Amino acid sequence: MGKKTLIAASAITLSSMMLTACGSDSDSAAGKDDGSITMGFAQVGAESGWRTANTKSVQESAEEAGIDLKFSDAQQKQENQIKAIRSYIQQKVDVIAFSPVVETGWDAVLQEAKRAKIPVILTDRAVDSEDTSLYETFLGSDFILEGEKAGQWLVENAAEMDVDGNGAINVVQLEGTTGAAPALDRAEGFASAIKAEDTVEVVASQTGDFTRDGGKKVMETFLGSEKGIDVVFAHNDDMGLGAIEAIEAAGLVPGKDIKIITVDAVKDGMAALAEGKISYIVECNPLLGPQLMDLAKKVVDGEDVPERVVTEESTFTQEQAADVLADRQY
Amino acid sequence: MRKVLAHQLVWPVLALVVLLVINVVATPSFFDVRMQDGHLFGSLVDVLRNSAPVLLVALGMTLVIATRGIDLSVGAIAAIAGAVACTYIVGSDEGAAGTAIVASTTALGVCVLLGLWNGFLVAVLGIQPIIATLVLMVAGRGLAMLVTDGQITTVNNELFSDLASGFVLTLPVAMLVALLVFGLTALVTRRTALGMLIEAVGINPEASRLAGVRACTIIWTVYVFAALCAGLAGLIIAANTNSVNANSLGLWIELDAILAVVIGGTSLAGGRFSLTGTLVGALFITTLEKTIPNIGIPSEANYLFKAVVVVAVCLVQSPQARAALRVRRPAPLVAKAAVS
Repeated sequence: MGKKTLIAASAITLSSMMLTACGSDSDSAAGKDDGSITMGFAQVGAESGWRTANTKSVQESAEEAGIDLKFSDAQQKQENQIKAIRSYIQQKVDVIAFSPVVETGWDAVLQEAKRAKIPVILTDRAVDSEDTSLYETFLGSDFILEGEKAGQWLVENAAEMDVDGNGAINVVQLEGTTGAAPALDRAEGFASAIKAEDTVEVVASQTGDFTRDGGKKVMETFLGSEKGIDVVFAHNDDMGLGAIEAIEAAGLVPGKDIKIITVDAVKDGMAALAEGKISYIVECNPLLGPQLMDLAKKVVDGEDVPERVVTEESTFTQEQAADVLADRQY
Repeated sequence: MRKVLAHQLVWPVLALVVLLVINVVATPSFFDVRMQDGHLFGSLVDVLRNSAPVLLVALGMTLVIATRGIDLSVGAIAAIAGAVACTYIVGSDEGAAGTAIVASTTALGVCVLLGLWNGFLVAVLGIQPIIATLVLMVAGRGLAMLVTDGQITTVNNELFSDLASGFVLTLPVAMLVALLVFGLTALVTRRTALGMLIEAVGINPEASRLAGVRACTIIWTVYVFAALCAGLAGLIIAANTNSVNANSLGLWIELDAILAVVIGGTSLAGGRFSLTGTLVGALFITTLEKTIPNIGIPSEANYLFKAVVVVAVCLVQSPQARAALRVRRPAPLVAKAAVS
């Protein structure tokens, strides 16, 4: 009895799936004729406040730009994202945008998009592919530049950063998830910016996995194992916030006894910056929706777009943080 | 000497000692403990404080494993507990002590329900534990994300924060909580027949049922206990940073807990279990976590280092491996494990 119901149920599901598959073809083809743009966007997931702000920005600016957005959440799984892109190809959207979960393994599905003549825009993260004709452009932050900005500011404010006044600035680095592009690139940019300065040296570096808990634990250990730490460079705000807790627990004052430089500029980080606990934040802007919609329109109209578009990003000192904190959205 | 070496706890304790020695060699001040702001402070205190969540989860896991089960959902349950507590605190009178108590109680209540669900799948429906708890492992994190709306929720409540960062009589609260649960568990399982009944169910569920042991109730109980422990661990992890990130809170803690149980000498095949072994295992894992940044292992080699140490510890624990190695090279076994 139970088995029969199951078979019947699956038969119904299957046939309805086929129906929708057939139906969607004509649907979106009709949408294409009236001149409006349909965009398929495959998001990584909702793993951080940064990401949800990113999602919100894309959704809101699509609405403003009058672009019909089909949105999917891959929950950090590549196979989900590939499925989503395939379904966008079947639905014949006008343009596909996505933030690849990982760097490799995209050639096959991007070839399919190319054959269907659907332009692809990468956002936030790049793919590692020899064939750059598979996508139109890559819109995202330049993580190396972010690391460089942090390093440059440190070098420029060296006198102030040398907390113990011994002429040498000892930096400990809290790295992001090992192997992730932002972690690798921010470390690289930072290292190149401080290279010329002999007084500035990274004395210890360890991953805190981009989390507060990780940042706190690693910082606790560094406080025990390293002597005379002047500066903490954290690859994101959350690890910096964790480091603040560890520094306070050790009876030191963050921002005074140890200076902190971070990347991201999420709300909690900006609040700590305004309070003087963090000294400097390099922005990593998730609000790339408006830029994405501009690019999408250009690509659909057949205009040339640059292969690499860097998100508009700034930096924040303590004074600037106090000014912008009130209307920080994320 | 032979009798000492035969004791199952010798090798994990030895491994822990070796690890501590490595740390002292790398940082001579590693054992320094000083008074600061009226409480103890130092690397060893950090280890004790940070081992609380793993120890709690591992205690629950020990009993589950003793019944020949396994609970993969503890990390997700910890995330749910943190999410429920922090969301509640933010939603009501944020700074009040009462809020923290109600929030924590609510979170633990939810955990009991989740434990009942796991126990129902395993004990009543007879689904294999690894599959039954996999359901909640995957779905639970999604639930936690729903509760927090996918955002990192930051809370500002002194009492809640004290659960992880506070001190009572100069000792960290988190450690005291974990040790209290450890003591109660030891008391209940070793001073009553419960421990024996759990072992009986693990060794042969059918025989124990025929002997009149209510296997179903016992299995159900251990899953609820495991969920409760996981919830408490989740609260401590959330309180440690005054925030909850549903995506990363307690991620992979189930594996650390299983490892702690195994290092402690409890067999995954069920039956006999050692709570003291689990305590040593949890301390070992936390010390290992601290050793990596302390001796400056580059991040890329983190996992490799961890794996090599764990394999070495498992090898010295295995009588067969010890015998095989002794024939070829008698002495430097421990030294080798220490270096690698």
